Amino acid sequence: MSQATESDVTEDGVIESVSGPVVKAVDLDARMNDVVYVGHEGLMGEVIEIEGNLTTIQVYEETSGVSPGQPVESTGAPLSVDLGPGMLDTIYDGVQRPLDVLEDKMGSAFLDRGVDSPGIDLERTWEFTPEVEEGDEVGRGDVLGTVPETESIEHKVMVPPDALDEDETATISAIESGNFNVTETVAELDNGEEVTMRQEWPVRKQRPTKSKYTPRTPLVSGQRILDGLFPIAKGGTAAIPGPFGSGKTVTQQSLAKFSDADIVVYIGCGERGNEMTEVIDDFPELPDPQTGNPLMARTCLIANTSNMPVAARESCIYTGITIAEYYRDMGYDVALMADSTSRWAEAMREISSRLEEMPGEEGYPAYLAARLAQFYERAGYYENTNGTEGSITAIGAVSPPGGDFSEPVTQNTLRIVKTFWALDADLAERRHFPAINWNESYSLYRDQLDDWFLENVADDWPELRQWAIDVLDEEDELQEIVQLVGKDALPEDQQLTLEVARYLREAYLQQNGLDEVDRYSPPEKTYRILQGIKSFNDEAFEALDAGVPVEEIQSIEAAPRLNRIGTTPDDEADEFVSEIEENLTEQLRELY
Amino acid sequence: MKEYKTITEISGPLVFAEVDEPVGYDEIVEIETPDGTTKRGQVLETSEGLVAIQVFEGTDGINRDASVKFIGETLQMPVTEDLLGRVLDGSGRPIDDGPDIVPEERRPIVGEAINPYSREYPEEFIQTGVSGIDGMNTLVRGQKLPIFSSSGLPHNELALQIARQATVPEEEEGDDEEGSEFAVIFGAMGITAEEANEFMEDFERTGALERSVVFMNLADDPAVERTVTPRLALTTAEYLAFDKGYHVLVILTDMTNYCEALREIGAAREEVPGRRGYPGYMYTNLATIYERAGRIKGEDGSITQIPILTMPSNDITHPIPDLTGYITEGQIIVDPDLNSKGVEPPINVLPSLSRLMDDGIGEGLTRGDHGDVSDQLYAAYAEGEDLRDLVNIVGREALSERDNKFLDFAERFEREFVEQGFDANRDIEETLEVGWDLLSMLPKQELNRIGEEYIEEYYQDEEAEAVTADD
Repeated sequence: MSQATESDVTEDGVIESVSGPVVKAVDLDARMNDVVYVGHEGLMGEVIEIEGNLTTIQVYEETSGVSPGQPVESTGAPLSVDLGPGMLDTIYDGVQRPLDVLEDKMGSAFLDRGVDSPGIDLERTWEFTPEVEEGDEVGRGDVLGTVPETESIEHKVMVPPDALDEDETATISAIESGNFNVTETVAELDNGEEVTMRQEWPVRKQRPTKSKYTPRTPLVSGQRILDGLFPIAKGGTAAIPGPFGSGKTVTQQSLAKFSDADIVVYIGCGERGNEMTEVIDDFPELPDPQTGNPLMARTCLIANTSNMPVAARESCIYTGITIAEYYRDMGYDVALMADSTSRWAEAMREISSRLEEMPGEEGYPAYLAARLAQFYERAGYYENTNGTEGSITAIGAVSPPGGDFSEPVTQNTLRIVKTFWALDADLAERRHFPAINWNESYSLYRDQLDDWFLENVADDWPELRQWAIDVLDEEDELQEIVQLVGKDALPEDQQLTLEVARYLREAYLQQNGLDEVDRYSPPEKTYRILQGIKSFNDEAFEALDAGVPVEEIQSIEAAPRLNRIGTTPDDEADEFVSEIEENLTEQLRELY
Repeated sequence: MKEYKTITEISGPLVFAEVDEPVGYDEIVEIETPDGTTKRGQVLETSEGLVAIQVFEGTDGINRDASVKFIGETLQMPVTEDLLGRVLDGSGRPIDDGPDIVPEERRPIVGEAINPYSREYPEEFIQTGVSGIDGMNTLVRGQKLPIFSSSGLPHNELALQIARQATVPEEEEGDDEEGSEFAVIFGAMGITAEEANEFMEDFERTGALERSVVFMNLADDPAVERTVTPRLALTTAEYLAFDKGYHVLVILTDMTNYCEALREIGAAREEVPGRRGYPGYMYTNLATIYERAGRIKGEDGSITQIPILTMPSNDITHPIPDLTGYITEGQIIVDPDLNSKGVEPPINVLPSLSRLMDDGIGEGLTRGDHGDVSDQLYAAYAEGEDLRDLVNIVGREALSERDNKFLDFAERFEREFVEQGFDANRDIEETLEVGWDLLSMLPKQELNRIGEEYIEEYYQDEEAEAVTADD
């Protein structure tokens, strides 16, 4: 969180009433969304309503013991984040206070109140290497130099967007290399602007860009059902709704671990504390599949667990996406996971109800749809103001009450996002993971990403995918009949289709996230497994046509080995599939 | 400390009073009724001149002449190790005729959130001796794993069985060198006197009372008091776990009554209701209870929570189980069908889940094959369950031999794996053995969730051959 210095705090008000996280104050001279300090303890809050002399504030900390009559101070600035080197490999709370620093300052494992801390370390020095020279002309957002932020990521120091107007340029009057902390000037512009490595940006305001493009590159996730059937684009948006226990968090974490984004911003919004701890424990250990460096080197975590103050939960989504935008400005592909947007919506509902606003559907505020849309619209594939291209892929988990997708948060999200990964409690119950329902899910990016897959993986990728979808669709229809009359009453060719569909489910769609090999499946392997199943399909139907009974086809030994491809090391998989294909052909042809 | 006789309105559990000095949010209030009884309450809303007070002991007997006293502090729980072995009421006052409690410290009952950075990830296997839990939905230290049940089911017996049998296997052998002892905190909210007696008798019979602290809010105690009982229990638990190094197991029953109390207060305050009339903040409110489970880096102790809730009309999508499931790390489901079949404990493993299981099991913790076996048992039982519906329509004869095997498997799984009685204590080896016994009914190639090396080691071949010889 951006710190207001002592001199900023000028306007005093007095608390009039307190009700949970909502505090009302009189005589406070503040603008909408200004950050204020409430009470003797200086609890951080934000102005959310102004009515005559009465200002309503949502407080980001527990308000026990705060009473009317205590002072309120305004900082005169909206809720902002500190942007600069040092954000990666860090875990923040919902208002960008680093949790490790808080532990130090509070001297306790429990979160105390009224402790503030800047979002980036103001003392630490970084090695700055200029990329432009004195006399060069620069516009807003232009890269002045670089800093090695982590093993994986080179941090680009840019001209802050608010230093110049759009299309305005300035000349560098001084710039030098060396070790600086984030508050020291690294470059001076001829309009008098002194550029440091630290920028401040209000979280509720989108950072400027030049233009937004149609995304055409996939975010490769290493999850077969996603890459294979329901791909998402870099710069795309996706929703993962599902009842509890269906694996939302596991799917989000897999994406954070294995997707080929440059930067990952992971927002734990109103979820479990232990889940965040798991991420903190695992990510420094796990290698990034792209660079081999620890995953934390490309990750920024934001944790506002369910028992942390509800107003900070409302803001954590904005904190996250602002950080994501900053890295996008450098030309990186950023993946942002928000787990879960339902908790965010509930935080809005809770605040709204304390404000006694007229509720919309199911008690959610009437502006729910607008807020969700605003958030997802900040994702996209952009040309930045400095001419580089970068993207933000936003993936939001949704936790519908009772797993009922007709509730407002799911429905309003579906109107915006283009990829829908529906999690299914039934699949989870039978331990089919990832428990993504292939009949309900969709991706509207499929067609625009096909070119990439054709060029980079295989020239029959779309056809093979369509074949798999057709088989699964057919299985779905046949299952209804099977439920009534039993499998054996079906004609033989349909029984065989069911058998093929079973392999699609077990060998292709299912993926063991705990297996060291299977947890990440490169697109080539994903393709090869599908090819193997298709080979079985083709050979088996030929055998059937030649008069072999379906029971005999089902009992050939080579077929169940399809299920083992997933756990076969990537470099051996191709050979292993070929071997299975040979055996399949041999064993099936023996039958006729 | 100023006393007021300024009550303007009494409505359900709420009292509104005028004040001329500022009063803090959440502060404790003492109200003296004209007949001399003192009731305690808490400030729900405070503004210049007017406060809303939620009265724990019910508002009966309060009239506009009652005097209101603001204590100037938020609700505190006196904590000390001497609480072990004691029985307290729902407000934390002793009711066992024991000596006065001399507190070592007084702690605000609204606990602060544990910094996620300071947490230690729970991965120590707790052996409950119940196969349906150990084998399929393993509990680990620092987890919150609720029991979802319905009226008329033996969830209390199951909770007692867990409280009685729970151990951490290595520590048993290696002795308690670190000196971390086990303690049980029992928070009862709105349970009947009869149920309470069952618990107390079991505690006394097994000697568990010595290492327990019991908080009792019974069905005829004031409903509003229920909103503080779990917080008193958890404040005590935090003290014992993180100051005194105990491994604390907290059993909270029945969370449904707690949520009803929340709804009652919400309604009295004329708040905009959420689903089924429960307040919109119920998720956050429940989280401030459930999230107080866990482990902390550098501390010996831990808090493991087993909240029990009865699902109204056995509906898991009801807001209470629904919101709970979104916060807790899994759930154990007690099932009426299994209960009527006489399966003890009637745990339905299919919808049950332990999210922390994967990190608490495996080589060095339980056994290498544990994860695979559990996955395979799940898949096979799920398949058998599906077939049951079909059998009802077409009959067994119409099914293939493979399907019949899965049907038999499902039957034996319930009878031999889940069924064990409330007194049997199976260690994890025994549980896995029963598991392999059942899996060996199925042909080897059907065991696609299990690593080949484990099939090699544990699959019981003779039986499989006998089955193949049949066809």
